Amino acid sequence: MTDAIKREPARPAKNPAATAQVAPREEATPASNNGLPPDDQVALRKELLKSMFLQRRFEERCAEAYALGKIGGFCHLYIGQEAISAGTMSLLRPDDYVVTSYRDHGQAIARGMSPRTVMAELFGRQTGCSGGKGGSMHLFDKSLNFLGGHGIVGSHVPLAAGVGWAIKYRGGDQVCVCFFGEAAVNIGAFHEALNMASLWKLPVVFIIENNRYGMGTAISRATANEDVTTRAAAYKMHGESIDAQDVFAVRDAVGRAIQLARTEKTPTLLEMRTYRFMGHSMSDAASGTYRTKEELEENMKRDPILVLREKMHAAGELPEGDLAKIDEEAKVIAQDAWDYADKSPEPPLSELWEDVVVDTTS
Amino acid sequence: MAVLTYRDALNQALREELIRDDRVFLMGEEVAQYNGAYKVSKGLLDEFGPMRIVDTPITELGFAGVGIGSAMVGLRPIIEFMTWNFALLAIDQVVNSAAKMLYMSGGQFPMPMVFRGPNGSALQLSAQHSQAWESWLAHIPGLKVVTPATPADAKGLLKSAIRDDNPVVFLEGEMLYNTRGEVPDGEYTIPLGKADLKREGDACTIVAHGKMALLAMQVADTLAKEGIAVDVVDLRTVRPMDVETIAISVRKTNRAVVLEEGWEICGVGAQVVDFIQRECFDDLDSPVLRVHQEDVPMPYAKNLEKAAKPDAAKAIAAVKKVMYLA
Ligand SMILES: Cc1ncc(C[n+]2csc(CCOP(=O)(O)OP(=O)(O)O)c2C)c(N)n1
Ligand SMILES: [Mg+2]
Repeated sequence: MTDAIKREPARPAKNPAATAQVAPREEATPASNNGLPPDDQVALRKELLKSMFLQRRFEERCAEAYALGKIGGFCHLYIGQEAISAGTMSLLRPDDYVVTSYRDHGQAIARGMSPRTVMAELFGRQTGCSGGKGGSMHLFDKSLNFLGGHGIVGSHVPLAAGVGWAIKYRGGDQVCVCFFGEAAVNIGAFHEALNMASLWKLPVVFIIENNRYGMGTAISRATANEDVTTRAAAYKMHGESIDAQDVFAVRDAVGRAIQLARTEKTPTLLEMRTYRFMGHSMSDAASGTYRTKEELEENMKRDPILVLREKMHAAGELPEGDLAKIDEEAKVIAQDAWDYADKSPEPPLSELWEDVVVDTTS
Repeated sequence: MAVLTYRDALNQALREELIRDDRVFLMGEEVAQYNGAYKVSKGLLDEFGPMRIVDTPITELGFAGVGIGSAMVGLRPIIEFMTWNFALLAIDQVVNSAAKMLYMSGGQFPMPMVFRGPNGSALQLSAQHSQAWESWLAHIPGLKVVTPATPADAKGLLKSAIRDDNPVVFLEGEMLYNTRGEVPDGEYTIPLGKADLKREGDACTIVAHGKMALLAMQVADTLAKEGIAVDVVDLRTVRPMDVETIAISVRKTNRAVVLEEGWEICGVGAQVVDFIQRECFDDLDSPVLRVHQEDVPMPYAKNLEKAAKPDAAKAIAAVKKVMYLA
């Protein structure tokens, strides 16, 4: 058996931009910035800031496009949670795997998916990462081992265990990272997956993005034991709770979990304590129904972008001009993604019948 | 009679039945504090309190089972699924527990309960969130499957479903909540298992249910302008199916088109066609045709989604074809 996995670009003929714009990824490091020479540490911090700015500016444009009817259906923004994707993806190798829920734009972009193909997918265009067939909730890119974008709460958690199983089966040292919300920890599939991952020692990092609400329901109204990391103990798994508005806290914890997965082949459950700054989806108000404006504003003070920015300012690593430049670059990329999507054609009607089943037999 | 939305008609039915019978309670995700994901349960928490209007964690399999257990010992639960796509997680409880309990127990444990929520496609919700489940559920002996098309039907059928001593699957049209219509005030019930002739004509029969019954009426009105008058049989209840009403209509028109939101293979329409060929074989002047979602998962892109769905043009073409006009 071999662990050499042949990876091909997703829909290569249809969206060359997806592969063309993939940035080279950093190799995994055991911990956040420890061990890096000082210059590289500064460069790393800038990269993380850039990633978060890009996610933020991109999604602000998504909200605008939604209001104009260019994006339809369900659209769940990630704004406020970007440190989790930025920190995690910065530690992954290209041959690692990512599985996530419907709140997937930030993770897709942080993983290196071209903002153009993501926006085109949201616009329902042929050049989108799934050819316009999936939409906001179903971003996939095989070339980046980005295994979707899933719409049923908790249902993708066992898929991550399955990816972990395949890694182990082939004797590889990759890891699979799985993102889901805190409300998913009450779903049976989550528990079944954790048990198998621990029982069979599968290299999976399970990441709970605890933004404290599942739609309009606060965690305290839905979850008997709010300390969700205790679910790790229930399955004899390592578990940690992290202040996820601090991208370096994210990197530290994910770094350790990846190390465990690569070397010991054991899974980890991480609780990322965060907050979503927008409504659950575009039809939900940011505050006023199930959470107060005051609560929202209080939490927005710990914007992950602000937290990192202030740290860098304090360390003298971010002259005013640099910040403006990073922000401007992010806006330009988001605008370019919009223009690209807007100019792209709708999928041809023949596509309706494609991809239902494959014609091959192996 | 007041003009109400489909949503408010359902709300009225819930409210009246909660008042009428204190064994009735409503349980599901976001039904209480949030007033329902689609606002069907608006105001009910304030009026009936948290033991009767109950918010759950996101645990469909679990709370469907909780409903069934409580029904075994005398309560009459209404279990709301935020949409039927998520009810798939609970299908084991619906099929293996609720539908079979009476039979397995030799008649000892009836299941007086309702599983309800939005069904069918909406707009650009893509493959996992845009599906019509009635043919799956109608396959199961022990269940009743109800699909109201209008606000009045929604009220009358929901009240009957809540009073029925069997497990009733109540499929609301996700796109119908804002539609309006006259709804009788107060006590108003419609028997389960009775179809409704919603348009009358002699050229052809269109059989439909749920949202597609509205499409059928729209098609009937369009065809009427061309001098083609059709019967529209709204099944209202998919199981048990009112074969008699279908047969009476087809014996008159000698032609039929069956319209549904779901997929073709093993769909509700296939069952309707089977009943028609058995009951009306000698009355038919042409093969019965079906209009349904194209045989693909629902795509996200607007143009593909439109092409995937059954629509008026497809239905009109089918009617003209069975009439040998096209
Ligand atoms: C099984 C299932 N039930 C219900 C839903 C509807 N739904 C979509 S997201 C959501 C809330 C999930 O909250 P959480 O897991 O905390 O993730 P977040 O949205 O906060 O990122 C609900 C109830 C669904 N998609 N799947
Ligand atoms: Mg949440």
